[in-house]
Amino acid sequence: MTALSGDRPLDPASEAGWGDAERPRKGFFTDTSICIGCKACEVACKEWNAIPEDGSMTLTGMSYDNTAGLSADTWRHVAFIEQKKPLGHQQPGLERARDEASTVDLGMPSLPAASADGESEFRWLMSSDVCKHCTHAACLDVCPTGALIRTEFGTVVVQDDVCNGCGYCVPACPYGVIDKRPADGGMHKCTLCYDRLEVGLTPACAKACPTESIQFGDLDELRGRAEGRVEALHAAGIPDARLYGHDPTDGVGGDGAFFLLLDEPEVYGLPPDPVVTTRDLPRMWRHAAFAAAGLAAGVAACFAGRRP
Amino acid sequence: MSVRTWIEQWPVYRQVTGDDRLALGAASRSRITALQQPRTATADRVVKSICPYCAVGCATDVYVKDDKVVQIEGDPHSPISRGRLCPKGSATLQLTTGEQRLQQVLYRRPHGTEWEELDLQTALEMVADRVVQTRAETFEWESDGKRTRRTLGIASLGGAALDNEENYLIKKLWTALGIVQVENQARVCHSSTVAGLGTSFGRGGSTMFMQDLQNSDCIVIQGSNFAEAHPVGFQWVMEAKARGATVIHVDPRFTRTSALADVHVPIRAGSDIAFLGGIINHVLTNELDFREFVLTHTNASTLLRQDFRDTEDLDGVFSGLDEETGQYDPTSWGYEGVEEKGSVGASSAPPDAGSDGGGGTQEGSSVHSSGRGETHGSGGPSIGEGEPHRDETLQHPRCVYQVVKRHYARYTPEMVSETCGIPPELFAQVCDALVRNSGHDRTSAFAYAVGWTQHTVGAQYIRACCVLQLLLGNVGRPGGGIQALRGHASIQGSSDIPTLYNLLPGYLPMPHAEENLDLDSYVESEAAERGFWGNMRSYAVSLLKAYWADAATADNDFCFDYLPRLTGSHGTYETVKEQVEGVCKGYFLMGENPAVGSSNAKLQRKGLANLDWLVIRDFTLIESATWWKDGPELATGEMRTEEIGTEVFFFPASAVIEKSGTFTNTNRLLQWHHRAQEPAGDCRSDLWFMYHLGRLVRERLAGSTDERDRPVLDLTWDYPVEGPHDEPSAEAVLQEINGYDGNGDPLSAYTQLKDDGSTSCGCWIYCGVYADGVNQSARRKPASEQDWVAAEWAWAWPANRRTLYNRASADAEGNPWSERKAYVWWDADAKTWTGHDVPDMQADKPPSYQPPKDARGPDALSGTDAFIMQADGKGWLFTPAGLLDGPLPTHYEPQDSPVQNPLYGQQRNPTRSLIKDPQNMLHPDPGTPGADVFPFVLTTYRLVEHFTGGGMSRTLPYLSELQPELFVEVSPELAAERGLEHLGWATVVTARNAIEAKVLVTERMTPLKLGERVVHQIGMPWHYGPNGLAHGDTPNELTSASLDPNVHIQEDKALSADIQPGRRPQGRDLPAYVEEYRRRAGVTDETGRAVRS
Repeated sequence: MTALSGDRPLDPASEAGWGDAERPRKGFFTDTSICIGCKACEVACKEWNAIPEDGSMTLTGMSYDNTAGLSADTWRHVAFIEQKKPLGHQQPGLERARDEASTVDLGMPSLPAASADGESEFRWLMSSDVCKHCTHAACLDVCPTGALIRTEFGTVVVQDDVCNGCGYCVPACPYGVIDKRPADGGMHKCTLCYDRLEVGLTPACAKACPTESIQFGDLDELRGRAEGRVEALHAAGIPDARLYGHDPTDGVGGDGAFFLLLDEPEVYGLPPDPVVTTRDLPRMWRHAAFAAAGLAAGVAACFAGRRP
Repeated sequence: MSVRTWIEQWPVYRQVTGDDRLALGAASRSRITALQQPRTATADRVVKSICPYCAVGCATDVYVKDDKVVQIEGDPHSPISRGRLCPKGSATLQLTTGEQRLQQVLYRRPHGTEWEELDLQTALEMVADRVVQTRAETFEWESDGKRTRRTLGIASLGGAALDNEENYLIKKLWTALGIVQVENQARVCHSSTVAGLGTSFGRGGSTMFMQDLQNSDCIVIQGSNFAEAHPVGFQWVMEAKARGATVIHVDPRFTRTSALADVHVPIRAGSDIAFLGGIINHVLTNELDFREFVLTHTNASTLLRQDFRDTEDLDGVFSGLDEETGQYDPTSWGYEGVEEKGSVGASSAPPDAGSDGGGGTQEGSSVHSSGRGETHGSGGPSIGEGEPHRDETLQHPRCVYQVVKRHYARYTPEMVSETCGIPPELFAQVCDALVRNSGHDRTSAFAYAVGWTQHTVGAQYIRACCVLQLLLGNVGRPGGGIQALRGHASIQGSSDIPTLYNLLPGYLPMPHAEENLDLDSYVESEAAERGFWGNMRSYAVSLLKAYWADAATADNDFCFDYLPRLTGSHGTYETVKEQVEGVCKGYFLMGENPAVGSSNAKLQRKGLANLDWLVIRDFTLIESATWWKDGPELATGEMRTEEIGTEVFFFPASAVIEKSGTFTNTNRLLQWHHRAQEPAGDCRSDLWFMYHLGRLVRERLAGSTDERDRPVLDLTWDYPVEGPHDEPSAEAVLQEINGYDGNGDPLSAYTQLKDDGSTSCGCWIYCGVYADGVNQSARRKPASEQDWVAAEWAWAWPANRRTLYNRASADAEGNPWSERKAYVWWDADAKTWTGHDVPDMQADKPPSYQPPKDARGPDALSGTDAFIMQADGKGWLFTPAGLLDGPLPTHYEPQDSPVQNPLYGQQRNPTRSLIKDPQNMLHPDPGTPGADVFPFVLTTYRLVEHFTGGGMSRTLPYLSELQPELFVEVSPELAAERGLEHLGWATVVTARNAIEAKVLVTERMTPLKLGERVVHQIGMPWHYGPNGLAHGDTPNELTSASLDPNVHIQEDKALSADIQPGRRPQGRDLPAYVEEYRRRAGVTDETGRAVRS
């Protein structure tokens, strides 16, 4: 029997009783270098899954992001990052005509300008975030009801008819994705459009995406494509380009939904080194078992020593 | 279920007996999960439709279950959209099936304080009564002694969001009733496109198609926020970029388009002609033009008259200016060697708008001869009789090439820097990229939208691009051209089949009271001598036959006299003026929201409040429907509900999924959408509304012997009806538009049209859409089964050509300019033009063809003449006729600008048209006292999350939450200067009004250095208004009704303004606050209105 640990095999579907990988693992490759920030993914997701709106109807001031993050009612979320930093050969033309000292602090996530003069270096990064569908999914591990399951496509979904809203999964998620919807008390997150996958359809967000920033397909194939894309961007003078969540040896065993980023993950609000929060559980259980055994042995010894 | 099955379904049993011992997957899957099916799979049928938002024309699959729409998503077979949708397109299910849609007719009686419910039939009868009565009371047979046969008492606005068939019925019925003030969003969005492209090339539509952008080697996006306003079309820019193309975005702001571009060029809003002129100067000074192309396909070698004087000679104006009236006599702009035809006006008139008001800084409504002329949406201006003189060496000082070169000589990089705020190095980068990617083997494209069109020199913005693209040889070639990005689902269609006051279908001009006394004089003064516009009589007679069938005979001039006549401009803004003055009493709003979407929103409401009756057809209660109840003027005390006498009818409209018909996309492509479900409640299509309203009006006039009513009673108005609501057949209307031959069979091409009354055709440029009796617009051959041109997907006008002027993709001998850019060429063996597209040429006319001396019409053009709608067959670098404000684009400052014109003593377009009203005050000239009260440049724009006036987005939760509030974008530098705080409030003020908005301080806005001076720019999205889920003040409160003279489009993309921290005064304090600004600036009703400056 497989253990709850971080060094499990990398075919989560077969591990979850779906037999040998007849169906290749499905996933998302989100190439943020071609995202235009249109939020079609957010809307297409909501339309398909009939998710209630959850915006506060007030401006957040976080650039053009007004949904703020993933939640029970936002399963795709587009982040906007305004940076004083060059983007490859891009010439943003934003020469500052005034002294920088006189400007106000925007409170935006940004890093210092890469070059000394800081003039005319600017880029606007956009990235559509989503549930990562981890290879080692802690939400799944901790779910006491069996509401969270691994599907035959290797994705992780919540079964609304089973979920009792206990919320164990919320702190378990290393990305802060899954969340409770107050209206129905259930936990909700991206299903990678499980119902669509079962009839061979593309998930709603990937289908809508105007520029193919969100790509859906067999995970192995996507990983290959992503590596080629990184190489192309490096060759185009964008050394910052890197993949995130593609590595099967990372703390979650690699993500089913991985990304091409143009900066450190923190810039996008992503954890730099996510670890499945149940990684240490087996060890903890072993220690607990050892302690329990020791205790039991000690108790036994006590009683054993009584009898002459 | 057997006990055994029951046990086997128990998860614990499955966990113990199966492979999923940890119960992480298969064992834990519930029965409901296992049985789930996507609603696309359980749908009964899939209906093919088109997205109702912008004009990219994304195809959709509409899934229907139990006769209800359950899902809408992209159709992967579309060659344009490839199944993708933007956030608005993705929200069409909510748009069409959401709870926000009203299903009940509402009525507000005069002076009433609340809505009342009314049944549909009663409401329609009441509207019919009012149409009949108001028309009778206001009918005008003559104006200033000229026969007009019309009423100015009723007006109509809207049509760009409707089907072509609906626009056709609107224009047809209103025209028969004598209503001339028929307008739609095309006026305020892209009317200047028709004038600019039409006078340059002979047709007023985009020259290329969306997918062809992938073949561009360089794409310059300017005056457009492509990625945000047309996201799905933008995929082809990304495709080109992936193939190595250079993408340049020239824009006042760093937008989502800039984020994906290679180069972003910040520019001062309102200075684009200086920028384009600078590139033209770079090309000509360094002789970098594509000379063979220029010689073969442009009028570069044509000589101009001796008496022509350029802006170089007259400090910023051309010869012929009457400084009193602000109007040009364009006679001196003509070609040498031709004899001008008829009156001056006939050869110089405004293209799209034919306005007598054109010209003159006073808005015009008087009859005068110089203003009215051709419309060039599909037929270039007349140039007169005779053969123009030419110098093929291009050395003659009066040849167009040399004149253009001199005209732009002062548009140096330094001048560009001083005018636009663009550093010379950055400017050089753009010049180099364009030149490097143009020529035999490479092509560049320009993409623009309303950032170019909405100016007092709007038509000339487009013209400047045409001049540049002609010089670089980027017209009619794959990956080369001008992509006009339009923003309503059928705004191209509502120009082609116009709900526009100055046009009849197919860009036939509406007759003018002075010049067009009968059919002969109409054709004489409007047709061109050569090219296909020479056959205009056939197009006009066929239209009259479509309208009046048997009543139209050769003996009665085919009922030409039934047409109402124009006496001036009757455009959107002039109509408002007529409302304020009490001339226009009844108003139809057909899916347009002028209280948000038109310039000077307060002026719009002032007009609405003075109407006798108002009919609104929309999905929800937009601001233009509720102003009497909760409009801003009630808060300020300037209006009181009880005192407003306007009677208001609200009719809920059908959505795209509830009707069949065609939309014409931004690339002239007619795409049929099929009805997927019946509309609920009182919701009805505009086809239904117009047809049944017309029926009721005709019933009321039946038996009338009044000559006034003949056009209504003789009108062909017997469309078959179908379904539970007696919906007229859109297919029958499309067939009428396509036209019939004498036997009643559908026509296949406009070349079959006759001027003897034996053919009928509702819109000659759409002739062929029903060729062979087949609805060609409904063709949906998958993209994967065709080449990139996708000629079998839907149908494009004219003649299913996708790239216009594609004869220019070949050299004089008919050979492709290069193998890489081969598109259409002459096959000498087969003796025919052939290639990837329908040749824009008579197929059997060899390149060597030379017309006989006395030839007329198409036969008078040679085998090298690629611009077959132009009178000389050439692309026009210089427009000898057709525009009111000059033959060459010239930089003038916007009406309200904080900058003195660096190029000329002349500050503004001398011929601009300005509405005169106390609510339309203008700003002082820069450099004069009071000008510094409005020191900043304000520009307005769209966001991808919203749509136009907000009626189709601010009511939707899914879109509203993405951009919930109005904001104003400023640079950190301006924020520091004015004490503006991020997310705090700011008040933006002009002489018209003041509004408040949340502040976004962003590096994406940058101050510009114009010489030593720093100019700050302010940006505001214009979608917002007080109603709906996402709301805020309306930025169009700030803009003025200052208009381009050619087409009467307003200038709302560049104006001066002030910004201050904090909220605006509320209630009665607001008008006082604005008045104080006017007082400080010394604004009077004469301010900013001088012709010369």
